[in-house]
Amino acid sequence: MTVQIKTIDLEPRRQTFGHVARRLGGDKPASRYQEATFDLQPTDHFHYRPLWEPQFNIYDPRKTEVVMRDWYALLDPRQYYYGAYNIARANMNQAVERNFTFVEERDLFARADDGLKAKLVAGLLPVRHLHWGANMNMTEICQRGYGTAVTAPSIFSAGDHLGMAQIVSRIGLVIDRHTGTSLDTAKAAWMNAPEWQGVRQLIEDTLVERDWFQLFVAQALGVNAVLLDLVYACTEAAFGPVTIPVAMLTEFMADWAAEEGKWSDHVIKVVAAESAENAALVSAWARYWIDRAEAAGVALSGLLTGEGAAAVTAASAARARAARLGLTL
Amino acid sequence: MTPKKLGLKQRYALMTRGLDWETTYQPMDKVFPYDRFEGIKIKDWSAWEDPFRLTMDAYWKFQGEKERKLYAVLDAFAQNNGQTGISDARYTNVLKLFLTGVSPLEYQAHRGFAFAGRHLRGVGPRVAAQMQSLDELRHVQTQIHTISHYNKYFDGLSEFRHMHDRVWYLSVPKSFFDDARTAGPFEYMIAIGFAFEYVLTNLLFVPFMSGAAYNGDMSTVTFGFSAQSDESRHMTLGIEVIKFLLEQDADNLPIVQRWVDKWFWRGHRVLGLVAMMMDYMLPKKVMSWKEAWEIYFTEAGGSLFTDLARYGLKVPKYADVATADAEHISHQNWATFYQYTHAAAFHTWMPDRAHMDWLSEKYPNTFDKYYRPRFEMWAEMEKQGQRFYNNSLPQLCQVCQIPMVYTEPGDPTKIAFRCSQVEGETYHFCSDGCKDIFDAEPQKYVQAWMPVQQIFQGNCGGASIPDVLAWYRLNAGADNMDYVGSPDEKLWNDWHAAAARAAG
Repeated sequence: MTVQIKTIDLEPRRQTFGHVARRLGGDKPASRYQEATFDLQPTDHFHYRPLWEPQFNIYDPRKTEVVMRDWYALLDPRQYYYGAYNIARANMNQAVERNFTFVEERDLFARADDGLKAKLVAGLLPVRHLHWGANMNMTEICQRGYGTAVTAPSIFSAGDHLGMAQIVSRIGLVIDRHTGTSLDTAKAAWMNAPEWQGVRQLIEDTLVERDWFQLFVAQALGVNAVLLDLVYACTEAAFGPVTIPVAMLTEFMADWAAEEGKWSDHVIKVVAAESAENAALVSAWARYWIDRAEAAGVALSGLLTGEGAAAVTAASAARARAARLGLTL
Repeated sequence: MTPKKLGLKQRYALMTRGLDWETTYQPMDKVFPYDRFEGIKIKDWSAWEDPFRLTMDAYWKFQGEKERKLYAVLDAFAQNNGQTGISDARYTNVLKLFLTGVSPLEYQAHRGFAFAGRHLRGVGPRVAAQMQSLDELRHVQTQIHTISHYNKYFDGLSEFRHMHDRVWYLSVPKSFFDDARTAGPFEYMIAIGFAFEYVLTNLLFVPFMSGAAYNGDMSTVTFGFSAQSDESRHMTLGIEVIKFLLEQDADNLPIVQRWVDKWFWRGHRVLGLVAMMMDYMLPKKVMSWKEAWEIYFTEAGGSLFTDLARYGLKVPKYADVATADAEHISHQNWATFYQYTHAAAFHTWMPDRAHMDWLSEKYPNTFDKYYRPRFEMWAEMEKQGQRFYNNSLPQLCQVCQIPMVYTEPGDPTKIAFRCSQVEGETYHFCSDGCKDIFDAEPQKYVQAWMPVQQIFQGNCGGASIPDVLAWYRLNAGADNMDYVGSPDEKLWNDWHAAAARAAG
């Protein structure tokens, strides 16, 4: 048996907006994602050139070397618009809160002796600065990129990196019992410890990259796929007795990496598939940034696991991934 | 001795500012290439006071919760055909103006705050600007989702994206935001963060949302309530930016004053569209534009500038002219759209007697003397089948891009004309305010994409009005012309006839 409430049906005159209907090939019902994404960025009749970059329009496809006939080919497989994104992150964050409470109530870091605590501070906590650099890169891609399909998820990704930097910071606060001393020590390591300098140099080099799609590739395949995967995958080898609390408190990062990867893989794949020229450019960028990340990761891997192999493993995985996306490395 | 536990403020500082570092492998000037050329001097970024302390986890939690509630209301509104319960179908013209004119600005703000959120050298303002970038994306997307349901039934909404970049009067808000987006990061923060979000938001956002509340538009007013806490965050950022710039170096004052003057005047011109909406387009009126101006600019703005006087900042130049304009601007704008109704993507009408009486009461100094006789004449001409259309193309102000319809300060019977020469060309302005803006940066404003000139140059689909309307994707006979006789009116009457039949 079904219960049916009778409602008044009014015949709509149209299903969606004109620009969305043209994308869908006709006047059809459109999803919230589609209405919130298609053609939102202006493309024509800009009134003035930027004072700070007069060679370009405010939004200009020439800010990257890759060329797309249609930048809205880069739709987000997760179909995130603001509401869907925030609700998804709020849900993920509930688990974060539960895990922090769990770890703190049971004092799970008590098992770490001073040496292991120092290793957590020197080996794990500085990654919050890497997330912060990543946040700047994704914000840059949002402001500099072309087409809402790729720029909107980029500001979401920027928010994610800030959020993860703050989760790592909170881990430090748990370890130092909310005094903040661990974060100061970790920052000193980020600035001066030899094991972190390759990573810091790499991220600083991305901060001055003005081709936004190269930056996207560097971030997705270099920083995320090699360096962040390396740090978060080494947990067991690096922090043995406290593997479980560390894994719990970085669960967000694992879930995020899988989800973000689904999106960034799709973007790179579609851009590379557009033309032989794009494929060559993206392949060269991927090769360069994966190699750089591997080189930077060796010392870090040594700090975490005592040997460089983890960096090589992460870089190999990134290369295999790039190959699956149609790149030639 | 064990170090003390952190206070909330210190904890927030560690979670945000503590993340940033001075780069050494790349020079900071290359990492932040755009924050020097405007001449603003910042001695100490760490003196920045965070206007709100929101970590991402809290942001996701609050915003996710608000989105759940908002979309539940939007779904219920659609399911129950809430559009049939508004005060009158004339009200939807307010939504048309909003979606074509304002929502695309939210998008521009989203990208503009991403620019500031990447390129301001101080980490505190960078984080705050990033959150505002996220919020502005929220606003454009939720506005589209809110109005999407109306688009299914009413005309004039469907091509808002296409129109915003082309239609003559929409170049007024578009050029306003393009101007801010092409300025440096500090001017952008003053233009949008301070002048727009702080000084003028109560005259833009609030009138639209109050109008929705008064006219039974449950979905838009729910959006408004939902966005309110975002807007107050944006306001606190705007005020913090201006105080910070003024505190950092005395040399910043003349630069900031010039921006405040410029953006106040530019904002005032854009708000003329809101003035017309409040006085003429809302079937149930909230208050007159003049009243809104008195409350939100003269009083609230007055105390704001009294507060800022300790930094040497003065009330924006021409604030007195703008206040005098509040007696006229809505009438002059509505008269313009009435004459050009064939080229506008919303419906117009002459106010009926009760509405004119309301205007007489609200504008005792001006309405009966200058505007009522004209409107009564046009209403009479309509009755006799001689509805007045202006078939010429208007001259536009080179800065605000509004047709040159405004009158001289102190003489409402004389159109104001100003001009400047640049490299042998003459450029025209509607006011001293717009002329000053041009004269300060002529090389910027000579670039403007002027809709009327573009039509004459053959860049807008052709030489005739139907050609241009087709190029606008304006569905002639449905989107434009008077409300009476429109498909919107017919649909509304059909719904109400059906409801009356059902009620017996």
